[in-house]
Amino acid sequence: MIIQALAFYVFAAVAVAAGVMVISQRNPVHSVLFLILAFFNAAALFVLMGAEFLAMILVVVYVGAVAVLFLFVVMMLDINFVELRQGFLQYLPIGALIGLILLVELIMVFGAWIVAPGAGQFAQVRMPEPSEVTNTHALGAVLYTQYVYLFQAAGLILLVAMIGAIVLTLRQREGVKRQSIPIQNARRRDEAVKVVKVSTRGGV
Amino acid sequence: MLQIGLPHYLTVAAILFTLGILGIFLNRKNVIIILMSIELMLLAVNINFVAFSAYLHDLAGQVFAMFVLTVAAAEAAIGLAILVVYFRNRGTIAVEDINLMKG
Repeated sequence: MIIQALAFYVFAAVAVAAGVMVISQRNPVHSVLFLILAFFNAAALFVLMGAEFLAMILVVVYVGAVAVLFLFVVMMLDINFVELRQGFLQYLPIGALIGLILLVELIMVFGAWIVAPGAGQFAQVRMPEPSEVTNTHALGAVLYTQYVYLFQAAGLILLVAMIGAIVLTLRQREGVKRQSIPIQNARRRDEAVKVVKVSTRGGV
Repeated sequence: MLQIGLPHYLTVAAILFTLGILGIFLNRKNVIIILMSIELMLLAVNINFVAFSAYLHDLAGQVFAMFVLTVAAAEAAIGLAILVVYFRNRGTIAVEDINLMKG
């Protein structure tokens, strides 16, 4: 019990600290790296809560794909980030005020709020005992049966996002020599080579 | 204090969500940091989903958290693609300059 509490506090503290660093770093590359740290610690929190599959998905999807995408874009764009940071202190008071109000509100809600006693029995999908079925197995048994349409819709969303991103960023550049297979295949011999009669000692 | 329950996780999620909002306010010129702040907020939402899922012994929360993850990934991809195209056309990503659609 005490080890679980200790692990929770360590992971939560590192996650929050990484979150602070994400929004306060001068260099966006450092921000992305701290975002990765925050995601790793959130994944650890998921493991503590018993959602192992989601934790691994979080690491794979976020750290492996999204954060690397961010890194690529940050490094690809040639931007003076110092210029973009001007006004940071100007917005600090109002931002801190709004953040503080929101945080106080959220904590007040959580503090005064209790779960209805019988809420657990209205579960949509009852979670099996962890000793009998693993989290991944249970999730898969639900995902491919009860939520199969939503699962397909999620796949469609990813497909649309993929095609959209490709269409947005693909561009035909002028003046670039490209290989064209049809043109290559349509070439005939008489337009490619010709026999030249070269006279002796005359040159071409 | 040593018994870790639902309120602890909700508090962490609330702090992360607030940090996301604060990031949007503080870095009002830098779209990349704003996108990262949105990712942070979505992470806080996911922590809430999973915390309630574990508390209520209901797997639906984890299924929904997975869909949130899907949408977050799609959103990041599209947002960054738009950012790249915008930078290619205008040479800047300052939020204040993004007013082309005002007509």
